[in-house]
Amino acid sequence: MGKGKIVAGCLAPHPPHLVYAENPPQNEPVAEGGWEQLRWGYDRLRASLQDIEYDAIVVLSPHWQTYIGTHFLGLPHFKGLSVDPVFPNLFRYNYDLNIDVDLAKAIHDEADAAGLGVKMMTNPDFRVDYGTIVTGHMFNPSWDKPLVVISSNRSRQYYSVEVMQDMMIELGKVTRRAIEASGKRVVVIASNSLSHRHFTTESEVPEDMSKEHITSHAMHLWDMRIIDYMVKGETQRILDEMPEFTEQAIAESDGGAFSWLLSTLDVPDYPAILHGYGTIIGTGNAIVEWPCHKYEEAEV
Amino acid sequence: MSEGNIVASFVVPVHPHPVLAPDQNPGWKKLREAFDQAAETIRGLDVDLMIIYSTTWPSIIGHQIQSDPNPEWVMVDHDFHDLGSISYSFNIDQDFAHAWDSANKKRGLQSRCVNYKGFPIDVGSVVALTLLNPDNKIPAVIVSSNVYANRSETTVMAKACLDVVKAQGKRAVAITAMSLSNRMFTDFIEPSEDKIHSLKDHEWNQKILEFLSQGRLEDVGQLSRTIQQQIRVQKVVAFKPMWWLSAMNGNRNDLTGDVMAYEAIHGAGGAVIHLDPTPSGAADKEYDEEDVEYFHGERGVLDAVEDATEIDPKVPKEQQENGPELWEPTQTAGSVNTDAAPKPVGAYPHARRVGDMLYLSGVGPRQPGTNSIPGGPIHDENDEPLDYDIRAQTHAVVENVRRVVEEAGGTMDQIVDVTTFLVDMKRDFAGYNEVWAETLGKVGPTRTTLAIDALPTPIAVEMKVIVHLNN
Ligand SMILES: [Fe+2]
Repeated sequence: MGKGKIVAGCLAPHPPHLVYAENPPQNEPVAEGGWEQLRWGYDRLRASLQDIEYDAIVVLSPHWQTYIGTHFLGLPHFKGLSVDPVFPNLFRYNYDLNIDVDLAKAIHDEADAAGLGVKMMTNPDFRVDYGTIVTGHMFNPSWDKPLVVISSNRSRQYYSVEVMQDMMIELGKVTRRAIEASGKRVVVIASNSLSHRHFTTESEVPEDMSKEHITSHAMHLWDMRIIDYMVKGETQRILDEMPEFTEQAIAESDGGAFSWLLSTLDVPDYPAILHGYGTIIGTGNAIVEWPCHKYEEAEV
Repeated sequence: MSEGNIVASFVVPVHPHPVLAPDQNPGWKKLREAFDQAAETIRGLDVDLMIIYSTTWPSIIGHQIQSDPNPEWVMVDHDFHDLGSISYSFNIDQDFAHAWDSANKKRGLQSRCVNYKGFPIDVGSVVALTLLNPDNKIPAVIVSSNVYANRSETTVMAKACLDVVKAQGKRAVAITAMSLSNRMFTDFIEPSEDKIHSLKDHEWNQKILEFLSQGRLEDVGQLSRTIQQQIRVQKVVAFKPMWWLSAMNGNRNDLTGDVMAYEAIHGAGGAVIHLDPTPSGAADKEYDEEDVEYFHGERGVLDAVEDATEIDPKVPKEQQENGPELWEPTQTAGSVNTDAAPKPVGAYPHARRVGDMLYLSGVGPRQPGTNSIPGGPIHDENDEPLDYDIRAQTHAVVENVRRVVEEAGGTMDQIVDVTTFLVDMKRDFAGYNEVWAETLGKVGPTRTTLAIDALPTPIAVEMKVIVHLNN
């Protein structure tokens, strides 16, 4: 078995609005489009990766929230209906997905050995969180690749952004080690927005794009600053500024996915590709790819 | 129809252990027994509605109200999935949910009903309804906890709920699904190792329990922000359930409290507490917060530009565009006027004094300053009829009469004659008559009640009052 490899890393946010606007057969509500800038961004991300072969997708979503350790979906198959508790008018999605339980267990065991609190989730009635499903659909609508789904530990709420980030950097390192040991080719995805101050009202037609804009100028400035670091390959600066960014931009990086991703990618110093940026009900969302396969080829 | 009211309130914990694992830890067992006992108490109260405010149902677009008449699914906790699953099939009072949603909007709140198959009902609501309403005999309604809402929004939302409880004549139980201290252990523990996360959390919990056992609900409400800072993980911006429950009980401090159980659930403080509205006698209360009736906050980021008109934000749009122009009261010999009464709708004073006789101009329920109508207006700006509360309107009329009489140096027991005008005798006489009996009826003036076609503002009741100022 050859050495396993991360072929790409992605920042791939999960607003249910994007699935709603696409009108896939799995989703019950019907839309007249909307949020095209971001949906075109997802088109570009999929096109960019279409010739890259990989075995599994590892995703961390902030909507499976665990307060006691980090959990991993631990059954081979999950099927059900996901209704977004905040936007049930937009997202009622019939999902049917496969889990790479071996890889999940490998990351779990590696994390356990490193002293992190971890648990496999093996209750067959469990509903997969809508963040994972939205990102999973937008990234790979055919659902033909198995997933590893990692919960979001809420240590930021318990302690601080610093403690959250320490834990997520450790989790990133063990994720990378476990992937390399698995011999598999893997895409890793952080499913989160950047600035995250929502509107608290919704327009009559949710997809009315004349109503969509960033909540405030300060949020815009933060989003642009973080995007600039990503495309310049200065991701250590993102980790350094994570406490200020998370607090001042009320960023969805509070769930740890962003820090975990950068650590799993070994804090990349090469430029990321920005596939799209747009706002959704006031929050800032960027679709970004780190094309690891180009920069880490020498390691194979 | 009897008068609607809150016949009991309960605080209950949110985690699934009392449902799924009561035998694994003696504390979880005690919580389960307290739940069972609370269910028994509720059964004995002949209740026809359970109202749940759940802290484990966060919302962003205002408050959400469950309105699926029969939500069914299998709930698995995000953390405690290894304890098992809870299948549910609940009985939701859809009419009440819709009426509450409208009442919220009438009071300036963002609100919506949710009725979708497979909607994930939160763990706190599932645990509360499963244990407190095991046979589903009592219809229920569930409201979310808005992540951005603060005290005024939460209080007004409770008042909107009470508007409907009264209008529909419900005997209701109010329940908050919540932890006291909500800090859990962040690592995995054996059931036998469970205890409150820290001594500090335990001491704060004891203080809350001491207050509630004395029925001092409003005191706990006023400590909400401090409690949030001291013993709460910042999942949401404030410790809101006590604001809601206190407002549901008229912001009282003299309830009869009973702490039925207090135990740890994975470190968090779980308690089952019964608050009975029977006055305990201990009513000392510190009022340091505004008793807000209408939500004036600006949350309309979307329509910020269109909303920025010259309309006085203090006066709800619905009422401002829905009535005649307001006048300053006229000031001539013998005039008695006060800022504590609503502005006239023409050139007349609030009252006129002749010797020791005081004649009041017709008095309605409009509120001074805001011009809002307690119990709601009787129609909207398009003359579409609205559901209003005649009792609340009548109470407000009596209060306005009191303000004018007291401005003239008189007292309520000096009122000698009242003529009342009702716009809908058939609908409103009974409610008006009840409030009369509790207020002016005790003072003893003569009374005449007339049905009339309309009043100049969208109100249902007005009184013409004559007072003999016989000091
Ligand atoms: Fe999210």
